[in-house]
Amino acid sequence: MNHFVTVLAVVSTVLVLVPLVAILGYLIYKGASSLNLAFFTHVPAPVGEAGGGMANAIVGSGVILGLASLIGVPVGIAAGVYLAEYGHGTHLGNLVRFTADVLNGVPAIVMGISVYALIVAMQHHFSGFAGGVALAIMMVPTITRTTEEMLATVPHAIREAALGLGIPKWRTVMSISLRTASPGIITGCMLAFARVAGETAPLLFTAFGNQFWSFNLNEPIAALPLQIYVYAVSPYDEWHRLAWAGALVLIVMIMTAVTLVRIFANRGALKGGH
Amino acid sequence: MIQSGFVKLPEMAVPPEDDGPVAELVPAPAAAPSPIRAFLHQRSAGRWADGAFGGLMLVCALSIFAIVLLIVFVLVKNSQLSIHAFGWKFFTGSSWDPVSGDFGALPFIYGTVLSSVLAVAMAVPLSLCVAIFLLEICPRPLRTPIAFLTELLAAIPSVVYGLWAVFVLVPLMRDQVGPVLEKWLGWTGLFAEPNFGVGMLTASVILAIMIFPVISSISRDVMKAVPIHQREAALALGATRWEMLRMSVLRNSRLGIVGAVILGLGRALGETMAVTMVIGNHPEISKNLFAPGYTLASVIANEFSEATGDLYLSALIEIGLALFLVTIVVNAIARLLVWAVTRGESVRAV
Repeated sequence: MNHFVTVLAVVSTVLVLVPLVAILGYLIYKGASSLNLAFFTHVPAPVGEAGGGMANAIVGSGVILGLASLIGVPVGIAAGVYLAEYGHGTHLGNLVRFTADVLNGVPAIVMGISVYALIVAMQHHFSGFAGGVALAIMMVPTITRTTEEMLATVPHAIREAALGLGIPKWRTVMSISLRTASPGIITGCMLAFARVAGETAPLLFTAFGNQFWSFNLNEPIAALPLQIYVYAVSPYDEWHRLAWAGALVLIVMIMTAVTLVRIFANRGALKGGH
Repeated sequence: MIQSGFVKLPEMAVPPEDDGPVAELVPAPAAAPSPIRAFLHQRSAGRWADGAFGGLMLVCALSIFAIVLLIVFVLVKNSQLSIHAFGWKFFTGSSWDPVSGDFGALPFIYGTVLSSVLAVAMAVPLSLCVAIFLLEICPRPLRTPIAFLTELLAAIPSVVYGLWAVFVLVPLMRDQVGPVLEKWLGWTGLFAEPNFGVGMLTASVILAIMIFPVISSISRDVMKAVPIHQREAALALGATRWEMLRMSVLRNSRLGIVGAVILGLGRALGETMAVTMVIGNHPEISKNLFAPGYTLASVIANEFSEATGDLYLSALIEIGLALFLVTIVVNAIARLLVWAVTRGESVRAV
């Protein structure tokens, strides 16, 4: 029985690593052979024409993610600060913590239709702004919980020393607690960013996608994951090729973020109290 | 002193034994302009800043609560039309006919539940084996790289899984796996021709791959939380590794493992893009796993932007509301179970 379980565990681990290697390998193989300079410099070509790229989608993703971070990061960190420094152990704090977990579990597609009903239906048109808001809401719970956990690792003695010197609480939080925990908080923000960077479902009915250049947040805007989806389910070989290239670019972006976080974290950035 | 340790010092002065006069307490000058005093003085002027800062943090924290309430409100408000038109029959009706305005969500509920349950059934044994492997068996140098690799699976976006599934998994299921299943298990009626590759089974397989990292990493955290004494006690009684795992690790962490599984289930229920790309998108209830199906999430993804008419839109939003409520209940149960086992120790956010 003992050996049986050992063998079973080893076999399953290998079995699980197979799809991972298959997905990444196939992605690199198909994606790299389809990548060229035009992919980064051209907008999508009309159906039937060869060539074209996803330059507008890459820029569009950048715009939407920038807006999402601009809204999501401050709100998420502030809520985390509240949970760790003000609402620790109170009923209100527990309620907020629970709602953050609930929000974390809301399916992306439901977030999409909610933001559609809240913003798009009011404005009567799709917009990059609505897409950014949808992604921002998805970032908040992750950032809040990481911030709270990281602040909890800051030793109390440091805070007490600051307060004992007569430094006001807000200054203590900003310059002592947040500063000490900042590497961990940055890690949390990067993870939240990496998570929403690949989201498609919330953008379907908000940012909507666009075949042309668009920098206006008040208009439909292209996004890399949306473009990959549209091209993947299309019947054209040329579009499939571009979808693979887009997927490779997207995954390289996300993996870079995750790996950086990993290195950053292992380098002792998280040494705080662990 | 340390450097000159070897040199004999000439006649060290011995301090006198007598106490001598006690140092006089010199009173501090009355109004010394010390920086600390100046700072404290300023502080009273800036006291409003403390309140404002705390208030701002509170507002941001409450905004999370407000967002969840707003989502519920918006979904309920916009699905009123459909709720009034169909009532509870919405969840038992099996016809989905936008042309004649007849909407029933049963085929989607069936598709969502079946694909998620199948995915969990496939993912759980593998996840637990990998968790045990990483925790107890894996040689130390391999542990971090393998854990990292399995967590990379969680970082791949849903749409990329879908892309891979469409071009690699679908042909594989159609040409290799499908015929074998049909030959050996065709008599059960679960695997019957025609098999186009897209369908319930393919969707479940891709879902299983996607939820594996969630279940595996959380159950590993939960198993890690079992006190080391429990393991040592079992080993000291002469248990083998498997007996030790069963008696102390698995038994003590079973609640948390159930929580991890339910959390994976919640993930699978709400998963949209990859499933939409391979499930076939046809609202029918069939026990044949090769047959195409439809899920709550994918009907929204496919039909929402093309929905004509208020009733159609309202019916789709009611489906969203149902999905929202189900995932919240499932997630809340899972969180409570995981929390009960790890007792507030940090469990990675997923």
